[in-house]
Amino acid sequence: MDTVLPTFLDPASTVAAWIIIVGMAFVTALTRFAGYWLVGKKELNADIKNLLSAVPPAVLTAIVAPAIVTGTIAEWVAALVTIALAWRFSTLTAIAGGVLSVVVLRALLS
Amino acid sequence: MSNLQNTFLRGWIDITPMAIGAAPFGLIVGATASQAGLEPWEIIFMSAAVFAGAAQFIALDMWQSTMLSVFGALSIIGSTLLVNLRHILMGAACAPYLNQVPLLPRLLFIYVMADENWALAMKQAHSHGYTTAGYLMGMSIPFYVNWIFWSYMGSQIGNIIEDPRDYGLDFVFTAVFTGIVVGFWRADRQTLVVVASVVVSISVYHLVDGAWYIFAGGVAGVVAAWLRSRIQNRRENKT
Repeated sequence: MDTVLPTFLDPASTVAAWIIIVGMAFVTALTRFAGYWLVGKKELNADIKNLLSAVPPAVLTAIVAPAIVTGTIAEWVAALVTIALAWRFSTLTAIAGGVLSVVVLRALLS
Repeated sequence: MSNLQNTFLRGWIDITPMAIGAAPFGLIVGATASQAGLEPWEIIFMSAAVFAGAAQFIALDMWQSTMLSVFGALSIIGSTLLVNLRHILMGAACAPYLNQVPLLPRLLFIYVMADENWALAMKQAHSHGYTTAGYLMGMSIPFYVNWIFWSYMGSQIGNIIEDPRDYGLDFVFTAVFTGIVVGFWRADRQTLVVVASVVVSISVYHLVDGAWYIFAGGVAGVVAAWLRSRIQNRRENKT
């Protein structure tokens, strides 16, 4: 094994690890800059602005929805508590209330 | 205090709950990385250069099983690209506001743009109509250093927190993002966008292998907004 593809087949190989990390960093930076470059400093018409304003609720919902649904009753109820608190009070109150209720509910339900 | 100090401090305060929530995940990433055979300085390098928690989790999970063949390396990098596709939508959404920020903080922010600091930047832009270099850096610098610090600690002391769920720390992100979505929804009534994103992200999560669901849900929400505006235009043209 050592004579064929020596460095790359060794999981402890520093060279292999660094190549992978640099590759990960490159594709990640690419995704981060791509959207900015795409829109850039163009004058945006109302239609594009409308589409871009949908991105924050769309992406954030896609992050949390599967996380909540695949949880237990504790996460479902805590999510409802968070939504209710965020509706009426500040985001910070909603975070505190949501986290507190998930801790209490998990303790009660386990 | 100067305005810059004020906005920097504001950003730092706003990101703090999420920095606390990220700590146990940093510990797990660091511990997993050291089990996978990475040296502490390689873990620091990964967290500093990639700075993407979900992608690092998936990569390190594959690290041990792939034996780092060329195919294994490419699948790790491919998975990283997939998890991070959402950044394209995120960068596009904040671009108009970033153009008001000086070049250096703008580029720094884009390089370390994560769900957390992006969500807060969009929240500020949504309510004020602008964001500032001070606010962006006040959020991003502590959050960046925090992630590197805790992933390094994970490689040193292992995963001292057995399960972040015990402290509800995993729910911090869910609570923050849910709270921000409610804020956006209250202002814009983007019901169709949220419903489309919920349905598509959950379906893709269950039906499709690989981390496609965030990008798919995000695109679904944007498509829903496009359909909504087309229907509205058609109605207006009729009357």
